Amino acid sequence: MSELYLLLAAALAGMALVGLFRTADLLRRVLALNVLASAVFLLLVSMARTAEGVDPLPHAMVLTGIVVAVSTTAAMLAFAVQSHERRRRERP
Amino acid sequence: MSGLVIGFDLLLVAGLAWLAWQALFDRHRFSAVVHFMAFGLVMALVWVRLDALDIALAEAAIGAGVTGALLLAALGRLPATGGHSPAWRAAQRPLVLLALSTALLATLALAWVAWQLPRPGLAVPIAEALPESGVTHAVTAILLNLRAWDTLLEIAVMLTGVFLVWSLGAALVPYAPATALPGLPALTRLLHPLFLLVPAYLLWRGSHAPGGAFPAGAVLGAGGVLLVLAGALPWMHEPRRQPLLRLLLAAGLLLFLAVALGGLLLTGTFLAIPASMAGNVILAVETAAALSIALMLMAFYLYGEPGR
Repeated sequence: MSELYLLLAAALAGMALVGLFRTADLLRRVLALNVLASAVFLLLVSMARTAEGVDPLPHAMVLTGIVVAVSTTAAMLAFAVQSHERRRRERP
Repeated sequence: MSGLVIGFDLLLVAGLAWLAWQALFDRHRFSAVVHFMAFGLVMALVWVRLDALDIALAEAAIGAGVTGALLLAALGRLPATGGHSPAWRAAQRPLVLLALSTALLATLALAWVAWQLPRPGLAVPIAEALPESGVTHAVTAILLNLRAWDTLLEIAVMLTGVFLVWSLGAALVPYAPATALPGLPALTRLLHPLFLLVPAYLLWRGSHAPGGAFPAGAVLGAGGVLLVLAGALPWMHEPRRQPLLRLLLAAGLLLFLAVALGGLLLTGTFLAIPASMAGNVILAVETAAALSIALMLMAFYLYGEPGR
């Protein structure tokens, strides 16, 4: 069953890479990076299901990863939003 | 029965692939963002299927909730133009085809490698170390005792993110939805007890079952973003409350560092917690970390430094 999710993770990673390099829009790039992060998390957690039970270490890694992903998303969006606000204030 | 389960898995996989496709390639940005939020919610179901309940709780609150709120807030401020991908010139076509086939090959290679990789796993050593960690839930034990260094650095990364966002300029005034949606402040007040009760329960539960600092902080932060949106937290913008706000933002990291240095003094090893007091120390660190994580998620949503 977890093999199905491994294949999904690979497909999501491929799609996210194409989406990341195809668009010039910053917001879409942020979306693509988030989908890529989800694909990596899915890969890690699917691999955590071993013959001797569920390995909790990748679960902890993914939990911290989700929080780091939201931090980078916020930082990238803040760059985009603040630079646009500044440009708008200088040239109304 | 198993046919039903496989059918459910197939439905989840197909739904996720379609939602990701829409989030990445939809022509309208708003539609792409909404599809991404739905992607986060379905992803939470997948985490439940993969026996990762802690991740499911955090993903539902952060992946779909807070990230979605951040994206929607940015969407309203960024110009509507510039979202169109350029038309390819004739000379570029072979290059585009080459790039696409490379991406396809990389995807297939990743799938094959993931399929073939051995899965050693650390389930048995972690289960052996669990009695000395002070808690009985393995993920909490890893996060706050066995691999506490990772968690310490992760909270530091998040605080750095807040520094970065706040250093870019003054906080942006949120578009006042309180006037456009008169029901929002009332709804927020009604929901607020739940947003306090659920994280408190998750925090207490973390020592023996899925829960703990990250899901608790995520749910508390999601409720906090709703409060910021409704304009119910004017104290965050008052200049005289800024030292308190900064202290609370750093509380998780400071307490974690104090525990790490205390371990160095007591046992001679950085971050080693004596087994006799591990349970209480972990609960205290988790409480401070959950508060800080919630406040940092709210601090991101301001898109700048308040009180400036």
